Formats: sequence, C-alpha cells, structure tokens
Amino acid sequence: MILVLAYSAVLLSFFSGLLGLAMHQRQHLLAFSRYWFKRFPTGNERCQSMIADWLEEKRFPILLRRAVFFLLGLSGIFAVAAGLSVLIGKGLVTDQISLGLPWLPWHVRFDCLSGFFFLIIGIAVSAVSLYGPGYVNTYKESQHPFAVLGLFTGLFVAGMLLVLLADDAFFFMIAWELMSVASYFLVAFQHENPANRRAAFLYLLMAEVGALSIILGFGVLASFADGFTFDALRDAQLSKTWASIAFVLALLGFGMKAGIVPVHVWLPEAHPVAPSHISALMSGVMLKVALYGLIRFCFDLLGDVQWQWGVVLLILGTVSALGGILYAMMQPNLKCLLAYSSVENIGIIFMVLGLSMIFMANGHPQLAALGFLAALFHAFNHALFKNLLFLGAGIIHHQTHQLNIDLMGGLIKKMPKTSMLFLIGCMSISSLPLFNGFVSEWLAFQTALQVDVLDNGVLRSLIPVAAAALALTAALAAACFVKVFGMIFLGQSRSHHCDKAHEIQDKGMLAGSSLLAGLCFLFGIFPGLIISLINSVAGQLLGETLPNDAALGWLWLAPVSTNQASYAPPLVLIGALIAAGVSFWYLRRNPLTVMRRAETWDCGFGGLTPNMQYSCSAFTMPFRRIFNKVWIIDERIEKDLRGALNQDVAAIRYRLEVYDHSWPRLYQPIEDAVNTLAKVVGRIQTGNIRTYLGYSFATLILMLWVIS
Amino acid sequence: MGDQLMNWLIAVLQTTLFVVLAPLLAGWLKWCKCHLQNRKAPSLFQPYRDLLKLTNKQPVVAEQASWIFMIAPYIIFSATVLAATVVPLIAVNLPTSASADVIVMVGFFAFARFFLALAGLDIGTAFGGMGSSREMTISSLAEPAMLMAIFTLTMTASTTNLSFAIAHVLNEGLVLRPSFVFALAALVLVAIAETGRIPVDNPATHLELTMIHEAMILEYSGRHLALIEWASQLKLMLYGVLIANIFLPWGIAETFGVQALGYGLLAIMGKLALLAIFLAIAETLVAKMRLFRVQEYLSFAYLLGLLGMLSHIILEASR
Amino acid sequence: MNIEQLDFYTQAILSMAALVGLTSFLMLGQGRLLRLIFVFAMQGFLLTLTTALAAYSLNNHHLYISAVLTLVLKVVFIPWMLRRQVIQMNMHRDIEALKNNTAVMLGGASLMVFSYYVLHPIVQSSSVVMLNALAVSLSVMLLGMLLMISHRQAIAHVVGFMSIENGLFFAAIVATNGMPMVVELGVAFDVLVAAVLFGIFFLHIRTSIDSLDVDLLNKLHEVDK
Repeated sequence: MILVLAYSAVLLSFFSGLLGLAMHQRQHLLAFSRYWFKRFPTGNERCQSMIADWLEEKRFPILLRRAVFFLLGLSGIFAVAAGLSVLIGKGLVTDQISLGLPWLPWHVRFDCLSGFFFLIIGIAVSAVSLYGPGYVNTYKESQHPFAVLGLFTGLFVAGMLLVLLADDAFFFMIAWELMSVASYFLVAFQHENPANRRAAFLYLLMAEVGALSIILGFGVLASFADGFTFDALRDAQLSKTWASIAFVLALLGFGMKAGIVPVHVWLPEAHPVAPSHISALMSGVMLKVALYGLIRFCFDLLGDVQWQWGVVLLILGTVSALGGILYAMMQPNLKCLLAYSSVENIGIIFMVLGLSMIFMANGHPQLAALGFLAALFHAFNHALFKNLLFLGAGIIHHQTHQLNIDLMGGLIKKMPKTSMLFLIGCMSISSLPLFNGFVSEWLAFQTALQVDVLDNGVLRSLIPVAAAALALTAALAAACFVKVFGMIFLGQSRSHHCDKAHEIQDKGMLAGSSLLAGLCFLFGIFPGLIISLINSVAGQLLGETLPNDAALGWLWLAPVSTNQASYAPPLVLIGALIAAGVSFWYLRRNPLTVMRRAETWDCGFGGLTPNMQYSCSAFTMPFRRIFNKVWIIDERIEKDLRGALNQDVAAIRYRLEVYDHSWPRLYQPIEDAVNTLAKVVGRIQTGNIRTYLGYSFATLILMLWVIS
Repeated sequence: MGDQLMNWLIAVLQTTLFVVLAPLLAGWLKWCKCHLQNRKAPSLFQPYRDLLKLTNKQPVVAEQASWIFMIAPYIIFSATVLAATVVPLIAVNLPTSASADVIVMVGFFAFARFFLALAGLDIGTAFGGMGSSREMTISSLAEPAMLMAIFTLTMTASTTNLSFAIAHVLNEGLVLRPSFVFALAALVLVAIAETGRIPVDNPATHLELTMIHEAMILEYSGRHLALIEWASQLKLMLYGVLIANIFLPWGIAETFGVQALGYGLLAIMGKLALLAIFLAIAETLVAKMRLFRVQEYLSFAYLLGLLGMLSHIILEASR
Repeated sequence: MNIEQLDFYTQAILSMAALVGLTSFLMLGQGRLLRLIFVFAMQGFLLTLTTALAAYSLNNHHLYISAVLTLVLKVVFIPWMLRRQVIQMNMHRDIEALKNNTAVMLGGASLMVFSYYVLHPIVQSSSVVMLNALAVSLSVMLLGMLLMISHRQAIAHVVGFMSIENGLFFAAIVATNGMPMVVELGVAFDVLVAAVLFGIFFLHIRTSIDSLDVDLLNKLHEVDK
C-alpha cells in the first residue's frame, strides 16, 4: 500500500513531464481526436465539444500548463501521503523492479528515512505546483518552450524521488544522474545568456565530479562486500582506514551536491539563473537529497561511525555556515544571496550531524539521536523557508523585472501580501522564536550543550566554540535578512520599476507561498508534530530515540529532560498575545491620541530623496570592515575632475565588487593544472594521420608481445 | 491544581513587578549619574512621568511609514516582557521559567531587535538605516560572546533553565569558580553593549556620528516612543537581574511565602541599586568608544567567555 | 572530583591559575608597551599572592621569602626598569599594530587546549586535581613564546621571556609546594641578571640600528637577496 503511494508519486511526476511534451502537439491531438470520434462515434455531443474546446488554440497552452502542474502537485500529495504513512507506521518495505539490466533488478526499499525526505519533497513540490502555472506565464513560447521546462521538471522530481527509493548502488546512481542531468537542463533553460550557459556547465561539471566520487565511495564499500545491493554493503566489514576513505569520498561527492565550502561555488552561479520555482526546488529539496545520501551512506551503510568524521563534519559545517552567511550578506542579487544562505543552512545541518556522530562514536546514542533529530528538523525547516523565500523572490522578479536589491525599496505598500509572506520567511530563516527555524537551532544548541558527557577534553572545548560560531551565524543571518527585507520592502523605492510594481494577481502563486508560510508558523508553534515523526526515523536508523520521549507533547518540548531544558511555543505565543493585547488596548483607549501623519523629518533641508537612504552596501559596511579578510574586496571611488587645476569634482562614482576566495585559492590552481596536463597530452595528438597509424602499429606489436 | 494556579499567579506578579520597576531603575541610574557629575538630579520617578506624558500625547507618524513601523513598538515591548517572564526576579522555580529557557530569552531579544531594525529602515532616511546597520553589527558580535558566557554557566549547572541554574548555584554555596569570574566579566561587557550604554552607545545624545539606538527610533513619538523607551529600560533591568541573580543569587525566594517573597524583592532591589551605582561610576569615568573599536571590545568579551569555558573544562571538570 | 568538593585553598589556587592565564592573554593582545609592562607586573603580583597563599596554607615559611622576592623583583624592579627604558627611548607613545590579532588570540586559546591535551595523561594518572593548574602554567609558557613571536619590539620580547619564567615558577609552586630555597634564590638571581643583561643589549641594539624593532635587525643580513 505504502509502496503504491510512493510509486504513484514517482509515476505522476514522470507523467507530468511527458504531458509537458504535448505542448507542441496540438495539431496532432486535434487530428487524433477527430479520428477517434469518427471511428467510435459515441453520440455524446457534449464530450466531443468539450474536447474540441480544450484544444482551441488560445486555451490549450493554459490548460496544458495547469494539467502538467496539477499532475506534479498530485505527485507531491502522494509523496506526502507515502512519507507520512511510513513514518507513522514506522514501517519498512522492500521490493524489486525488474527494470534495467536483466540480471540486475532494481532494489527498492522504503523506510522512515526515505519517508521523511519524501515528506520534504512532497510539500515542496505541492507548493511549487500551485505556484508554477502563474510563474511560467511570462515565458515566451517561441524562446523558452514550456515543453522543455515541463519535461525536465517532471524528470527532476522523479529522479529525486527515485534516489530516495533506491536500495542498490546501481539504481541509486542512475536515479542520481537522472536528477543531476535533468536539473542541468533546467539551469540552462534560459540559455540565450552566455553567463547562464557558463553557470549550467559549471553545475554539470561539479555534479559529475561529485557523482564520480560517490561511485568511488560505493566501489570502496563494494570491494569488501559481495554485491552492490545496500543489504550487502551494510554487511561489509571494513577496516577503519578503508571506512574513512569511503567516508571522505562520500563526503566529497554528497558535499559537492549539498554545497559545503569550499565546493559550494556552483550554487551562487546556478540558482540565480534557473527559473524561480526550479531554484526553490533545487535549493530547498535537491540539497536535502544530497544530505539524505550522506546520512544513508554514513549512518546506514558504513554503520560504525568514528568520532573523527564527526569532527570533520563539525569543522566543515562551521566554516560553511559562517562563510555562507558572510558571503550572502555581500550579494546584491537576491537569488544569489539566497543561494549563499543555503550554503549557510547546509553548514548548520552538517555541524549538528557532526555532533550526532561524535556522540554516537563516544557511546551516547540517545544524544546522537538528539543531534540527528536537530539536523533533520533543520533540513525540513530549511526546505520550507528557503522554498518560500525563493518563491517570494520569483514573485518580486515577476513584478519588478529585477533581482538587484539595491534597486528596490518601498514594495511593502505596493505588494502587501507578498511582503507579509516574505517577512515570515525572513523571520523563520533568522531563527526568531515562534517560527520553525528557531526550534531547530534551539535543538542544535541543546545538543551542543550536552558536551559535558564526553571524555575527550579537546572535543569538550571544540564543541562550545562551534556552538558560539553557530550563534554568530544566527545573528549574522538575522542581520542579513533585516537587510534583505528592509532594502526590498521598506523605505522609498530606488528605481522606476519598483515604483510601478503592483501586487501579484495570480492566486496560485500566492497560495503556494502561503502554504509554505503557514507551515513555517505551524511547525514553529507545534514542533512536536514533526519531531515525533523524526523520532521514528532516529529509532529505525540509529536504534535509539530521544532521551526524554515522554515529554514530547504538543505543548512542551523537553528533549533531554524537563530539568535541563524546555520550551513551550504555544505558551510563549499566548504570552506574547496577552502582552501585545494589553499594551495595545491600554494605549489605544484614548480617542484623543489618534495618530497623525506628517512629513518625514528631513533636518529642515527639505526633499528627502531615495538616494539618501542607506543602500545595501552601506548597510553591510561595518561587517565588511570587521570581517574584511573573508572576502576579496575591490572598492573604488572614481572622481570626474574638471575646471581650473582639476579641482572641481563633477561626479563621483562608487564601485564595489566582492569576490569569493575559493576561486583564486582553489579552482584557479586546479584549472591551471588541468590546462598544463592537457597541453602535455596534446603533444601526443599531432594531427598527422601517419602518426596515428604508428600508434596503432606500436600498440598491435605490444599486444602481440604481451600475448606471446 | 491550586498550587499550580498560585505559582502562575506569582509568575504573573513577578513579571508585573519587572515591568513596573524598570523605569525606577532607570531613574535611579540617572540620579546616581547626576550626583556623580555634580549636576542637579531629576526625581527618581521622572521616567514614570515621561512615560505617562508620552502615552497621553498624540503620536505623529511619518508619511512614508508602513504598518511595520506602527506595529514594531508593540512587538518590541511584548518580546521584552516575554524575556522578563523567563528571568527569576524574586523567586525561583516558577512555571514561566520552564516555558522558555535562556536560549529562548536570547531569541526574544533577537526578535525585538529584528523589528527595531526594520522600523529604522522603514522610514527611508539615512539615520534609520545607519542605526539599524550598527545595531545589527554590534548585536551579531555580542551574541556569541553572550552565548559563551551562558554556556559556561549552563555547563556547570547542566541546565539551560534559568530557574534551575540559579537554584543550582544557590544550593552549592560559596564556591570559588574561576570560570564564573570570567563569565561574569564577559556578561557585564555584553550587557553594556546590548543595552546601549557608554562606552558602546550613549543613551543621552543625538550626535549623528555616534548614535545607534537613538538613530533607529528618531521618528517615533507619543505612545510608540513610550513603549520603545519602556522596553529598553526593561532590557537594562533584565540584564541587571540576570547578572545579579546568576552570580550572586543569595536572597532570592525559594519558597512562595509572603515573607520569603518580600525578602527576595528587597534583596534584588538592593543588588540592582548597587549594580546601578557601579554602572553610573563606570559611565562617568569612561569615554565613549569609536564605533570600530567596539569590535575589539566585544572580541575581548568573547575571549573572556572562551577563557571561562576553558577554565571550566581544564580547572573544574572532574576528568 | 568536582570543584565544589575541594577545599578552599585548592579553589583559590585554581582561580589564581585562571587569572594568571588571563594576564597572559592580555599581554598577548596588547600593543602599548607601558600597558604590557603593567599587565606583566600584575602577573607577578598574582604569582606573589599564590606563593603567599601556598606559604600560609602549607605552613611553609620559606615560601614567604620567595613571595617577597617575587614581589620585589617581578612586581617592582623589572617592570620599573623596563618602564624607565621605554620612557627614555620615547617609545611609550607608540602603538604596535598587531597583525592578525584575532588569529593570534584564537591560536592562544587553542594552545591552552593543546597544553591541557598534552598534560591529560599525567593528570589522569595522578590523583591530585592540582595538576590541572599545570596545564595553565604550561600554556602560560607557550603563550609567552607566542608573545615573542607575534610582537616586534625587543621590550615585548623581554616581557615574553619573563612570562615564560613566570609560568615555570607557577608550576613549581603548585606542583611541588615550593622548590628548595637555594633553587629559588638561584632562579631569582638569574632573572635579575637577565634583566640587567637585557638592559645592556637594548642599549647596544639601539646604538647600532636606532630602534628596538627586531624586524629591523634583518638589515644585518649579510647575503644580498
């Protein structure tokens, strides 16, 4: 039953992709329907006219788009249902599909871990399918055919779902490649721009290098096992060194997809150029699939985790979290900023996962379960709010035709609903209480605080430092999203486009974002709902659940024990409402003190212009100065001098470019090395046909010699 | 059940006391400072009069302002009040401490700050943006330092529930803990930065080059201003109570008798009065720092927090 | 055994250890020479207090003498001499711009963890909790070296050197309850001689390169680059 749900989710997404292909087949469909009705006259006139109506030239594309996204949404709902049913039933189902090579059937396994990620994908896909029809309207059919977008979206979602179902290394890699390649075409969708093609190529390159590394990781495991099924891999007996090698390979491969520093460079390139709902899926969901891969590989297949791996994850996670948010802060492009912020959140998840490994290896499986839970919950939350923010960015782009934060402003009055939804996203991602982002950070802090049980003094001092870095990250994220919201929605508009912007009309686009925003708030108030689901994942995978299972009510959250820490978001919400209500009622009681509107204070000079506001780069200037070694900053002030002796300043221009350290430090040397190597190899390729004949001849002689 | 109700009532009473007493502390601080600087001091109750006057005035709101600007004072005030419910003032073991722990308290401060900064940006003047930018910078540097100090405490008491932590320190008696010395110093430095006192920010000036908090609230008037002022007085008192009750918890009520509660109230008032005198002396002696020296100040606070944590691990732990 | 179960004397010693560690960190981050010397004197004062405390609680009278010696030498004489030299050479207005201050500080903190890690086996094999303080004295020594590496002024180097000696001294008091009197006197005399010798060296360096910045000594490099 559960498998049927899961399979239908996959198939529906697949079909939605196929249906997208029908976009250019209107004539054929028309001919086919005529033929059909001629051949089998039903006499049902209404049916016939209805189909003819659907196939009308103007209505057909709109209907087809809706149908494609309807199927996609249905697939999302089925995925949610499948995930929920396996999580609630704590079930585990396996199956074999005889597809692919005849002697290698695809093994399928659907357990709580897969179910949880099914849930994430399902929610995200449902929201996106509500949002999609309105968003893709803007694409001109001649330039950006919907058939391509629809097909690859469907394949992409199907690929992600299949990765979660896979139970052998072959099937896993096939699904993984399906996901990677389909998303490559989505990134390259707007290919008329050379920068987009470059970004897409970079993405494909890194995805393939990552895939190679994952294959090598599986290879290491498989060489100690008989077969490539996950069951066989689980039984493999590895020495510590080989296990560590496999771990490093898997970390490189999955980390490349997940976007941890320093292999994060594809994210800020690829996410801004993809259509917004696709970047929402990529950032919100695909990164989570990479996370799933890492969890499956380390906790499930490798089995005995070592604490050194935990330290590696912890340090990498800390660097990614801090680096991600600091780079995010400097980005003027909204989607680029969100992409870097994904790096940050993935970093946080890795940190907590590292903590979990450390506890696991030191013999505290219950605390490991706590860390594991915090990591998965943050993954879930990140999927919600990052999706929401990307969809919001899409709406803003749709309405103002730009993504540069420095050119926006004052949209809160023009787009009140969007601004509300975006504000909820910003508050969740800044981990403010009452929203879901806070709960997972709280759990992360609680995990870090359990460090006193460890015996190793170095670990006991390392983990609190990492926790302080986490606090810094959270505070920087708050600063970053204050900037984002403030620059986009508040103040006066800084450009013509923003001045003319108005609220989005499409109901679906708002509904998709509202669904996510509602969930952000719901799980901020009642986190117990999700946590009890994740608890069963931990129970199945780690064999341990939370230390304090019983206190997991709908009201209280006390993961370790009520004496150690507790958090009751509903009570907090009630308290906040009471406090706000009392002060509101008390202060508004006097009718004489009704608000009066007046001009903004301009120090008596008159004429406040939008240019006088703090801009994006002005807002982040203190950070630039304090953390100046983090970026490569190119800051220039150019003056036009004129007049006698060049003393009058006619105009001043300010330019600021902020670059990532990883390009010159890491990728440039690699690129140079590859180029040098290619030159060396190139010497063999003379281009002369007689040389090549000589090569063949030499090889033949060599082979003959070897055989004899 | 009756006990539960009683506990909740005392918790509500304590929060009310917090809210009511906060302006008094501000008045006392001002009084001490004036006397130290050879000025004539206003009455101790002047902050109450100011607040009352502001609430009865008609607020003037800039044309540019959106609903964020109007709603922000209420959010800031309620978030600060919520933070106050968490901190034990006169008694420990109250139920409100269990509904949120110290990390949530830091979260409430972040919540208030988030909206204050947004309100600063809402008007679209240079001052507001300047204030928001500086406030977010300073707070993001202060947060890790504060968390380091709190970690030291919570690792000793092995709880993040403030009430239990204070009870732990109380039951242990007088122990010379090197880590607490550092944590105390770090927390004091952070508290000064977070509440916008000299040397980080000067609450008494409107000099454009130096102001942080005042820059954000420049456009507020009437009841909105009253709420924000009240919230910042509350925040000052909160940090004072935090420092006084964590590191010197003696006197706080452990039972809910009238006498014990009365002693608790007297004790905390005495401790706060003393702390305010120290603060007034420090503010009189120290000059305000350049803005970009604040990072050195805060990294020193972080270093102290780190040393506190290290000395907990190296010197105090059993292993 | 946790700290709350220890006697008051041990608690006090541990607190002193923490404070000595703090002074080392303060010296590490200090760019002004006069303040550096002041903090150094504070460290000496903390050592004096520790010695006196040990003398009192162990009832060991000769430790009082070494406390007085420490007071005279490390709190009064050497700081006074260094201070006089700084003022004479008109360096008290200079602030040394410390490069990578944050990195150095974090490095210092990790040195502390490192010394704890190194001494951990010893601490475990011994039942005396006091050995924890050894970790602090080791880190004071390492921090002294780091101070010498990260600062450029010769006077800072002298202070770093002296603080290494302070670390050793602290270890001696804490771990052995005071060394024999002869050794203490010898060490004190050595420190005194070292201080005087440094004074003479300063004079020579200054007359030859007209500064006390040790980076300028690179000029004496004979091989052309």
